[in-house]
Formats: sequence, structure tokens, C-alpha cells
Amino acid sequence: MWRDAALVAGKDLRIEARSRVGLSQVAPFGIVALVLFAFALGPDRSLMARGAPGLFWVAVLFCTVLAIQRSVSVESADGARDALRLSGMDPAGQFLGKAAAVAAQLVVLEVVLGMGVVLLYGAKIEVAWLIVVSSLLGTVGLAATGTLYGALSAGLRVRETLLPFLLLPIAAPILLAGTRIWQAAMVGGVPADGTQWLRLLVVFDAVYVAIGVVVYGPIQESA
Amino acid sequence: MSPNLSVGSSPSAHSPLIQSARARWTVRIIGITAAVATALTVWLGLWVTPPDVSQGDLVRLVYIHPGVAWVALYLAFGLAAVASLLYLWPRTRSLFWDRLAAAAVEVGVVFNVCTLISGSIWGKPTWGVWWAWDARLTSTAVLLVLFLGYLALRRVPAEPDVRAKRSAYVALFAAVDVPIVHFSVLWWRTLHQGATVLNPDLSPTIHGSMAWTLLLGFVSLTLVFVWMLLVRYRIGVLEDWLGSRELDVALVERRAEGTPVDRSRTGVDPSHGEPGADGRLDDGVDVGRPVVPEGAR
Amino acid sequence: MAPAAPLPPALFLHDAVALSGRFPLLAGVDLEVANGETVLVEGPNGAGKTSLLRVCAGLVPLASGRVAVLGLDPVRQRNQVRRRVGMLSHASHLYDDLTVRENVRFAVRAAGAGTDRIDDACDRLGLTGRVLKTSAVKLSAGQRRRVALAVLAARWPELWLLDEPHAGLDASARDTLDELIGEAASGGATVVVASHEAHQVEALATRAVTVAGGRVVSQRAIVRSAGKPAKDVAHVA
Repeated sequence: MWRDAALVAGKDLRIEARSRVGLSQVAPFGIVALVLFAFALGPDRSLMARGAPGLFWVAVLFCTVLAIQRSVSVESADGARDALRLSGMDPAGQFLGKAAAVAAQLVVLEVVLGMGVVLLYGAKIEVAWLIVVSSLLGTVGLAATGTLYGALSAGLRVRETLLPFLLLPIAAPILLAGTRIWQAAMVGGVPADGTQWLRLLVVFDAVYVAIGVVVYGPIQESA
Repeated sequence: MSPNLSVGSSPSAHSPLIQSARARWTVRIIGITAAVATALTVWLGLWVTPPDVSQGDLVRLVYIHPGVAWVALYLAFGLAAVASLLYLWPRTRSLFWDRLAAAAVEVGVVFNVCTLISGSIWGKPTWGVWWAWDARLTSTAVLLVLFLGYLALRRVPAEPDVRAKRSAYVALFAAVDVPIVHFSVLWWRTLHQGATVLNPDLSPTIHGSMAWTLLLGFVSLTLVFVWMLLVRYRIGVLEDWLGSRELDVALVERRAEGTPVDRSRTGVDPSHGEPGADGRLDDGVDVGRPVVPEGAR
Repeated sequence: MAPAAPLPPALFLHDAVALSGRFPLLAGVDLEVANGETVLVEGPNGAGKTSLLRVCAGLVPLASGRVAVLGLDPVRQRNQVRRRVGMLSHASHLYDDLTVRENVRFAVRAAGAGTDRIDDACDRLGLTGRVLKTSAVKLSAGQRRRVALAVLAARWPELWLLDEPHAGLDASARDTLDELIGEAASGGATVVVASHEAHQVEALATRAVTVAGGRVVSQRAIVRSAGKPAKDVAHVA
């Protein structure tokens, strides 16, 4: 399982390194979103700083949809999905590999967007470790649910429109938890409920990674 | 032909459980009972029970709103989740569960919208706004969006088995999400301001006739749900039957393609070895045949 | 070329029906292929040749009937079956952003095969030098097919399912392909070739099977010494 995961993740990351779709299209899109949020909020920097955590996570969510679309479209060209099925690789490994590749791209993206909110909105990070831990946990959850729904919608002609509709409501808890923790981390000090939110993220991640490991194979064979 | 392929000549042969005369009568009786019970609830709620001391006539919504919410949030969603799970479980796999889940979600959406509307009608005079970001209201709205996503997925044309499996997975992923959404919204809410919405001061004091009407409201709305569910299920059966009717014909036609004796050795006929325009032989994709997209297999 | 008695047949289908929605791809196929046989599958367009191969690869489940590949159920025991089966389909299964070498390496490693034969396989199919470092998006249709063949040659599976393998290939690649089929067969592997170009494959095949209307309608043995195809041995109409 781990060998197959590494193989698939390596393949996807190599494709990203060659095509630079994530770096040259998804990340700039995230920045554009941040700028548009600023336009919508007006020039009041204190308002932007207060909204920074939520806007960051909304931007991440939108970028996740794009990253997943890309991850799926890589496999849908030239019958590559059939090839993965025919290879006899462990489906759990394929799931973990694809999710890991997405997660790696999202981490880079979050660094870019994080710098964006600090520079553009004047947000101040007081508790760095909280920012890092919550972002990593959120990333795992987004990558897992995204890969799962990506596989589910892979064969559909209406994939581009259906995927965000299915994925974004499911990811709502990540947005809530991430925003709340970031708010705390930017005000300073760990709030009483901080660990509660972190636990929520851990549960979310554990549930969807476990589901993915179990059902990715059947989904791949049927959908 | 093997049994799992043979398609009955009539819808009742296809699914006797729901199509027999007895089943139809049962559905009809449930429908009539539901109508009578609902009418009784309306009569009791609007004319017999007294207005509340603090809320006045507004309290009358309490006979409908909790019942509708119970159906939308617990009955419909719970049934859809259980039916989806039973579909995915290999031993209980049957399109029965798939149709039941689909019917439950579809009817559930109607009830969910009614929950939000009746909640808003109550909220406007009580809170002064149509929509408050109350934890329950928000959870209900998220649930509605998840429901709608499920229905959107079902609308994508696919083979019944493929669609059933796909929908069942989505229903289960959503079901798992619901408690997480519930807690996150609850904490999100309580952190911003105290939960003022369900202030005990505003809760109506339950009067004798009010308690009975409230109970009847639950019963009648549950009956309405069951009736709508059965009718929707029956429509689902008929839809599937209509679609599968052609299968026997299709098998016969397919075999007939191979019967002319002179075609049985076409492989040696050089005229069939001509490559297509792009230098490829286009075997496998033929004109006039319903080509299923690669991924749908 | 008679197989050893205890081994299960490489392929066994009994009254196999496969559906795509309401459309019967296979309408009751009966076919048995012994280990080490090389079988040519013929038939007009839309006869069900591709579907037959896809069923054997476990990509399409049966709606009814029975199928066994190397003695195993290709759907339930797919992970055991797939590593031993190699399929060349219409699509070449290449990632456009990866180079030829990377594509072959990934496909071979994904199938759990050793990477030691990759260079040799690429050489044989004329994928050398600059071509190896070209990204797949720049390849022509024929070159893509060569890459797909190189993957098979590097994997060297027990059961080869080849769907129109000659399509799009130039003369030298066709010769290489025929060589590969010959070597696979003499090495004990089972080869099933769906092809319109009977004369190209007949020299290699031990048996020809005609598919039409989603069923096997006739079979004939190919007697090599006679030089020309012999009479029909069975007629399953």
C-alpha cells in the first residue's frame, strides 16, 4: 500500500513539476481571490485584518476545488484511469498517493496565501504553531475529501460543475474550525476552545482518510 | 436467460411488493389517513387551541414546525442513510434500497424547505429577522445543501447500478459529515454570542389541548411523509421498468447481428481490415449504438 | 502446444453476458483458451471483440454467465489477476506531461513488474535517444502505441490481451509486434489478439475465433504446416 502510494504521489507531483498548473494557475487564482475580497470589504485595513482568517480559508477551499479538478483530469486523459485499474495497484495506496500529492500542493498554496493575507490585509500572526498545525490538519481533510469526491465524479461529463457543489458543503467544518483557530492565533494566546477545534479537525481527517482507504477501490471500479 | 436479466412484462411482475392491488390500497389508505390527520391538526391548531400568553397566535406554528423538522432532519435523512448503507452492503444490495433512499431524500428536501420557511415565519416577529445564524437553522441549511447535492448527482444520466452505488456513497459521506457539521456550527454559534434563540422565556407553556395537537401534528406529518415516500417509490419503480423493458428486445437484436451465415467469417474478408481515417481501426465504437462514456463503465 | 493437464485454462467464458446500460456488449459468449495458445479474434466492427477483451481484463463485470481468467475471477480476485494480465487497448494510457521513459517506468512499476527489462523493451520498439526524453504529448499516434507496447514488453505478462495491436503502427513496428507475439507464445504465455488484419496474425495464431453480435459464432483451427487456414472445427451458431 505505501509503495503504491509513494509511486502515485511521485507521479502526480512530477506531472505538477512539469506542467506547473498549480503554481502558475491555481496559486495566482488564490491571490486574485484575496484581492477581490479586499475590494469587496473596502479600504478599511482593520476590517480586512479581522476578516483575514475566514477569507484565507475560503480562498483555500476554492483553490482545493481547482487542485482536485486537475488531479482528476490528469487521470481522465488517454484512458489513464483504466490503466490504473489494470495495473493491480492497491486502491488504498492510490487514494493515499493522490491525496498526498494534492496535500503537498495545497501546503505550498497555503504558504503563498498566508503571506498574502499578512501583506495585503495586515493580519498579524501571534501564535505561529497554531497556524501551522491547524493548516496542516485542514489540508489533510481537504485533500482526503477532495480526492474521494474527485474519484466519485471522475467519469461524469458534468464533473466541473458538480464537484464544487458536492465538496464545499462537506468541507464546511474545516472552514469553521480553520477560521476559528486562525482568529485565535492572530489575536494571541490559545483560547479555551482552541484544542476543541483542533480535535474536530483531527476527527474529520481520521474519518475521511479511513473512508477513502476503504471505499476508493469500489468507487474506482464502479463509477 | 438467467434470472437477473429477465425483465417482467408488466410493472407489477417487476415489483409485486408495491404494484399489487393490495399494496395500492394500503398506499391509498395511508394517504387518506394522512389527509384526515392533517386536517384535524389544522382545525385543532387554528380554532380549538388557545393563543399563547406571550406569543399570541404565533404559537400555532409549534403544531407544524417541530413535526416538519422531525421528518426532514431525522426521519428522511436517517432513512436515506440507512437505505444507502443497506444498498452498499453486498448481502442486502438491491435497487429497492436505492429507490427508497432516493425517495426519502426527495421528500426530505420538501420537508427541509418547509422547516426553513416555517422557521423563518416564526423568526421574523420573534427575532425581528427572517434569517438568524442560529446553530439549528444553519445546520438545517447545510443539510439541505447536502441533500440537493445528492439529488443533483442522481440527475446525471447513468446506468441504474452505477447511479445507485455512486449516490449511496455520497449519501454516506454526507451522513458522516452531519454530526461534525452540527458540532462545528454549534460551537461557532456559541462562541460568537450566547444561544439566545431557544430562550426558555420564549418557549410556550404547554396547555392540555396544545399537547394533544402537538402530538397529532407529529403523527400527521409522519403519515404525510410515509405516503409521499411510497408514492415516490412507486414512480421510481415505474421509471426503471420503463427503461429496462427494452433489454430483452436488445439482447435478441444483438444476437441477430451475428446470425447471417455469410457474416460469420468476415474476419478473413479484407474489406473489414481497412483502417479508419486516422489510421486506427474503430472497432468497439459503432454508429447507432448507445456509447457509454469511458468512465461510466 | 498442449497445456499441462492440471493448469486451469487461461480463459474460460460460459454464456457470458455483459451490459453497458441496456445495451448487451456480450450476448452469451462461450469460449475457452488453453494455456500457451495464441488466439485470433475476428469479427466486424461492433461485434464485441473489444468488450470480450475488457471482460477478460476484469474492466467490465458480467451481468450473467461465468468467466475465469487464469483460473481466477477477474472481478472479485482482480488484484491477483491484473498483475498477471497485460492489455493493449485503443488508448495508450500515457500521461502527457511525463516523458516516454517516465511513462514506461511508471506503468511497469505500477504493475509490480521489475524495471530491468525497460531499456531493452524501449530499444526493441525503437524508442531510443531523444524520443525517450520527449514528453508524451508530442508523440504521434503510432509512437504512443509503441510506448504502450514497450510497457507490455517490459512487463512480459502471462496473458496478453491485444486489441487491434497493429493499428497505427508502421511496417517495422508491426514486425516487432509480430516478433513479440511469437516470443510470448513460445515462452508459454497466452496471447489473445483481436484484429481485422487476419493475415498478419494468422501466421502466429493457433486458432481463430469469429465474434459477431456479441457472441462467438465460429471457430477454426489454423494448421501451420498447411500454410493456409484449414476447415472450421466447430460451429456455435
